[in-house]
Amino acid sequence: MLEEITTNKTQELLDRPKANALEHEAIYIIREVAAQFERPVLLFSGGKDSITLIRLAQKAFWPAKIPFPLLHIDTGHNFSETIEFRNRLVEELGVELIVRNVQDSIDQGKVVEETGKYASRNILQTTTLLDAIEEFKFDACIGGARRDEEKARAKERIFSVRDDFGQWDEKNQRPELFDMLNGQIEIGQNVRVFPISNWTELDVWSYIQKEDIEIPSIYFAHKRNTFLRDGLIWSVEDDVVFRADDEAVEERTVRFRTVGDMSCTAAVESTADTIDKVVAEIRDSKISERGARIDDKRSEAAMEKRKQQGYF
Amino acid sequence: MQVLKIATAGSVDDGKSTLIGRLLYDTKSLTDDKLEAIERTSKQKGYDYLDFSLATDGLVAEREQGITIDVAHIYFSTASKSYIIADTPGHVEYTRNMVTGASTSQAAIILIDARKGVIEQTNRHFFINNLLRIKDVVVAINKMDLVDFSEEVYNDIKADFERLMEKRDYQDQKITFIPVSALKGDNVVNRSENTPWYSGQTLLEHLEELNLLDIYNTGTPRFPVQYVIRPKTDEFHDFRGFAGKIYGGELSVGDEVAVLPSMTRSKIKNIYFYDQEYQTAPRRSSVTITLEDEVNVSRGDMLVKVGDLPTIDKQLTAIVSWMDSTSLTTGSKYMVQHGVNKVLAKVDAIEHKIHPDYSGIEENVNALQMNDIAKVRLRLNKPIFYDRFKEHRTNGSFIMIDGRTNNTAGVGFIE
Repeated sequence: MLEEITTNKTQELLDRPKANALEHEAIYIIREVAAQFERPVLLFSGGKDSITLIRLAQKAFWPAKIPFPLLHIDTGHNFSETIEFRNRLVEELGVELIVRNVQDSIDQGKVVEETGKYASRNILQTTTLLDAIEEFKFDACIGGARRDEEKARAKERIFSVRDDFGQWDEKNQRPELFDMLNGQIEIGQNVRVFPISNWTELDVWSYIQKEDIEIPSIYFAHKRNTFLRDGLIWSVEDDVVFRADDEAVEERTVRFRTVGDMSCTAAVESTADTIDKVVAEIRDSKISERGARIDDKRSEAAMEKRKQQGYF
Repeated sequence: MQVLKIATAGSVDDGKSTLIGRLLYDTKSLTDDKLEAIERTSKQKGYDYLDFSLATDGLVAEREQGITIDVAHIYFSTASKSYIIADTPGHVEYTRNMVTGASTSQAAIILIDARKGVIEQTNRHFFINNLLRIKDVVVAINKMDLVDFSEEVYNDIKADFERLMEKRDYQDQKITFIPVSALKGDNVVNRSENTPWYSGQTLLEHLEELNLLDIYNTGTPRFPVQYVIRPKTDEFHDFRGFAGKIYGGELSVGDEVAVLPSMTRSKIKNIYFYDQEYQTAPRRSSVTITLEDEVNVSRGDMLVKVGDLPTIDKQLTAIVSWMDSTSLTTGSKYMVQHGVNKVLAKVDAIEHKIHPDYSGIEENVNALQMNDIAKVRLRLNKPIFYDRFKEHRTNGSFIMIDGRTNNTAGVGFIE
């Protein structure tokens, strides 16, 4: 009987080559980070990609705990559902959570809050992140970026070296060969690591479905007060999102496909209120995930520019 | 669902990015917003067709110059497979990026401009795919619309390429020729009415039929230890697990293993993946293994089956592809990373330089410049446990790291 069970499980490791290939690749990368660096950290935003990373990290080191802390750069403009979720997760995992606030960077005069219709704190995060890296002397920052998200992201290496200004030199990246990841750096430099580089949005959702991973409720369809601008649906958040008088408030059934700063993340009309329905919806979608991120629409090179400055 | 990684190779303006854009477009993998962006920018630039390269050339400098500088990874899927395409630059000064893209791919597409035919660059692309032992190579003869879909032109190019194939070292490579027009969409996803003389498959049909089990390199099991897991909790007080990824073959509970380099022997006690136990772990799985005996194992060590030992040596000869702006010279020292293991190495000799256009070798060379390929002899400060690249893709390769800059300066394929 025991023999039979274990044989079946081996089969399971082989049967889903897609999910497995990506999962095993990501675990390999996460273990390389723990082995090659002194002070790694996992950047946690409360979004589905960083939640997926946490599950992968759990798998990588089981039965030991995840051997590095989480870092949340809090813009102060997070959906409350995300923060509640974050606190609960950290407690369950028993890992250390470090929070650094964009508001502090503003108060210290290091960054200036944007004004106007499209004001967002998204870009301001970079300064807070770089300060945190310096403060804690992090030498590797694991992030949930995927190459399918955006065309500048598509150019990113799995181990991506940043100088002590946090800058990405897109024209002079280290070659990455076979499975060999070179994490050699000088003091002051850090490596951004992207274990789920090769995953697509659908891969992430399918994984969350397969693993039965809990995610914040805003990913599922719910009723919300919203208004329309530039063809996108915005959540009415009076203190955070600017809304003109002629932009009428209307209750809609929506969900969020990507969870970032409230000031730059639009909702999508949806009735998908379970993970199965979400996966089905993503599979049929004709709009890319970043289609709802206004910060990428600022120019053809918006993401590349932000990355050069040290943005994740 | 299988994942197929493909590298593209072609010269500047051969239409690699366009071909990938066409694959995305015809498989309906481009979302509406991305397509709109391509339409908008194509129109702004005054083109009378859709410029699909806009979907892949992600950097400002690339769009300015209309060329691909660095590898971009593009994703799409069909009902049967998931595809990852490494869109690698074709320009000669970016050979290192081409090697990079090809190193993680199981199949390759070499583009040839039908108007130009087999050129020196084509030799290089083929040479690199051969050096890296890419099993399935598609030769896409592109821009057929600009030669009136001439069967004769196609046949001439094919014959030229077949002459090139006689020079290759890796004979088991499967080569498939397809006449395409990436711009117009002939024989990429959809069969073309313009080539009634061509009875073969379209590019996508060919890719869809590839069986990955045939393509993935197999060999004997090699388990380099990445990380030692010691929970030190009450529940797992004595747990010592060796985390790593299996290459080559599979490992099972009960297998007699040797720990390299100490050569200590033990047996596999458990194989874990997360909180599940398995009897057997297949290649490419990232598992955690425990052994029957208290054996001293640390990162960089390797578990192999007893009776199936790799070569253990402090000297090695390898074909090195040099990737750094600082040249490699005889007598210089580097860090060699072989899998997850790092040792110091000294360049004993550059035996000869190999011209990747199949024009022969050059002896009495003292230095290698960026993009040079040469046979090099290295002496290591500690032995490593290697296989020949021909027999083992992962355990037969290494990277060379420049200790002054920490850059990955070269890659070696062990002879």
